[in-house]
Amino acid sequence: METSKKNKAGSAARIGVLKTYKLYVDGKFPRTESGRYFIFKDTKGTALANICVASRKDFRDAVVAARKAQPSWAARSAYNKGQILYRIAEMLEDRRPQFVAELQQQGLAAKAAEEEVSVAVDRLVYYAGWSDKYQQVFSAVNPVESSHFNFSLPEPTGVVSMIAPEESGLVGLVSVIAPAIVGGNVVVVLASEQYPLTAITFSEVLHTSDLPGGVVNILTGTRKELVGHFTNHMDVNATVYCGSEAGHIKTVEENSALNVKRPFVYTTDNWKSEEMQSPYRIMDLQEIKTTWHPIGK
Amino acid sequence: MKKTKKSVTPLNFTGGWDYAPAPESKDHVQLKDRYDLFINGAFVKPLSGKWFDTINPATEKRIAAVAEAGEKDVNSAVTSARKAYDGVWGKMPAKERGKYIYRIARIMQERARELSVIESMDGGKPIRESRDIDVPLAAAHFFYYAGWADKLAYALPGATPRSVGVTGQIIPWNFPLLMAAWKIAPALAAGNTVVLKPAETTPLTALKLAEIIQEADLPPGVVNIITGAGTTGAALVNHPGVNKVAFTGSTDVGKIIQKALAGTGKRYTLELGGKAANIIFEDAAIDQAVEGIINGIFFNQGHVCCAGSRLFVQESVMKTVVRKLKDRLETLVVGDPLDKNTDIGAINSRMQLEKIKKYLKIGVNEGGEMYQAACSVPSKGFWCKPTLFTNVSQSSRIVQEEIFGPVLAIQSFRTLEEVIEKANNIPYGLSGGVWTDKGSRIFKVTGELRAGVVWANTYNKFDPTSPFGGYKESGVGREGGLHGLMPYLQHV
Repeated sequence: METSKKNKAGSAARIGVLKTYKLYVDGKFPRTESGRYFIFKDTKGTALANICVASRKDFRDAVVAARKAQPSWAARSAYNKGQILYRIAEMLEDRRPQFVAELQQQGLAAKAAEEEVSVAVDRLVYYAGWSDKYQQVFSAVNPVESSHFNFSLPEPTGVVSMIAPEESGLVGLVSVIAPAIVGGNVVVVLASEQYPLTAITFSEVLHTSDLPGGVVNILTGTRKELVGHFTNHMDVNATVYCGSEAGHIKTVEENSALNVKRPFVYTTDNWKSEEMQSPYRIMDLQEIKTTWHPIGK
Repeated sequence: MKKTKKSVTPLNFTGGWDYAPAPESKDHVQLKDRYDLFINGAFVKPLSGKWFDTINPATEKRIAAVAEAGEKDVNSAVTSARKAYDGVWGKMPAKERGKYIYRIARIMQERARELSVIESMDGGKPIRESRDIDVPLAAAHFFYYAGWADKLAYALPGATPRSVGVTGQIIPWNFPLLMAAWKIAPALAAGNTVVLKPAETTPLTALKLAEIIQEADLPPGVVNIITGAGTTGAALVNHPGVNKVAFTGSTDVGKIIQKALAGTGKRYTLELGGKAANIIFEDAAIDQAVEGIINGIFFNQGHVCCAGSRLFVQESVMKTVVRKLKDRLETLVVGDPLDKNTDIGAINSRMQLEKIKKYLKIGVNEGGEMYQAACSVPSKGFWCKPTLFTNVSQSSRIVQEEIFGPVLAIQSFRTLEEVIEKANNIPYGLSGGVWTDKGSRIFKVTGELRAGVVWANTYNKFDPTSPFGGYKESGVGREGGLHGLMPYLQHV
């Protein structure tokens, strides 16, 4: 990427303007309150950016923003949510060269980077289409014996904390965020440590897609430090953990018991596979509400 | 018409006619003096060598002894469930599986009266409820899920359903037979085998169900019923041979189970506590709403996870509603669970009675105004008069915590937004009720309540086709209906 390449000393070329990578919280791009960072290097060892090492406090701030954003996001019409997801796909497609370049900087081969972006865009389109259909497929009118009209339909679980897939910086991220938000949930996501640049650049895509602030919040930092905080927060309703480290999985599931969170562990390392998109991913983060209404004169 | 100053004469309930006793006969009920464990299709003596008594909470008299399953017994039950899953049940053509479940439903219907009487004797609930609700609903549950056995492909659109294996199920004492049905029926329909542990204070109808399962000639080991208390339950949850745990009970125990299952890869559903808001708007049909509130909190002595234990009354009708509630309280018949006139039976156990009494004290100490019906209660047994609390606030412990008894906390509200805020401001999210004459408002409120089951102008209605279960700390997963089938299936 032209802009983030360091200018070689002594060359006559113009000085590049480097991008500062920050967190994405409440529709804004703050630095971590902790002031901590790590230097992200490409495969050749060239420093590319300073990446925020988010703290517990950053996570808690993000949860506050997410909780605030949740009711109005859930209340948006299914049509509108679908359009916003489709808009995210449009924006991502539009910035394809930037993402391909950035993924390559982070070590992906050219072909793999192209494929990663293509699948991510298509996955967003896939979930955009579900926005006004999963309710129909997974709801029911229940033929109760008494004189009542009785129906059950899915509603969002609420605030979801997510540890995004480590191996797949873009498709993995999109694959966990899209089914959550299309179902009216809001999320706080810890980006891949290996591909942090893409996650923050993706938040710029979200930011220009009419997605209200606070619906998706993205942090960079370390799993080791944050996995506990992501799962023991009492105002988080569900946790999605992507990975297969037994210690982390145990922490996620144990901490969930503090307030009966719904923990979901996805162990796949092939996020590009078609099997990783499914309306059941949407339903993982839905609650079924049953309503009884009398029938009478 | 001339307008006169209205004065409300307090109703006089003393000196009225009493109901003549109308006890249900228990002569036809056949109970053994001692029950063993139901494992691999037969009643077997516990390897633990221990038994304990189950008593009638209305008389404190011993009914029978039941076995206490130890770790070895749990292991033997799980092993037999595994053998039945691998060898018989998992391979059986689905329509044959369905026919076995239909058989169970039919025999339950045939033996309904006997089951109802035992349910009321062992648990203290009024015979009117066990006869008209618990037992028929339990049979209906088996009947409903029986039909699903050979139609599972239609339950999970776009996916191929598969059973999960051996399920370990733990049920509470408030609806002993009904909860057994809620657990066993969908598990069997989906092709799983079962180890069920009933509650220690109410094991008898589950053991009767074991007899019915024998009578239905279900292959040995498909359903195993083991009695015991908390340690038996823990052994079942922790047994490595169990693929899925289904638990109904308190949120505290639910959290312990959820934690114990962390990292094991076992699936689970939890149906936990609640503290439901029952909301009355000023335009509601007040008399009907009062009946609904009474049913909402005093049904089954308030031993109901979805009980409408927090009442919110719109300010303009607060006085009227409270007066009518007090009047209605006086007409409730408290006493012998086997009497067909009884509205409120015995508290399930001494332990539960102590817990309720503790909360009554807390309520009074926190400044709540307590009102209890003036009725008399029998001298033997465990009893709690129906109780109302006014002058309580959102932060009162009797408003925040589940009491699981006949105790209603009443608060007022002015606007819809206020009552939604109050109703949702609690860790629970199992159920709720709304009373209003305005259709659009009904759906506004039912939509905004963060709860799994919402009743409009009715309360405490249940049906096998209707999914039940909680949001937030009230649990995970659904029971009943199509959605109640899903936790017993995995999709590939």
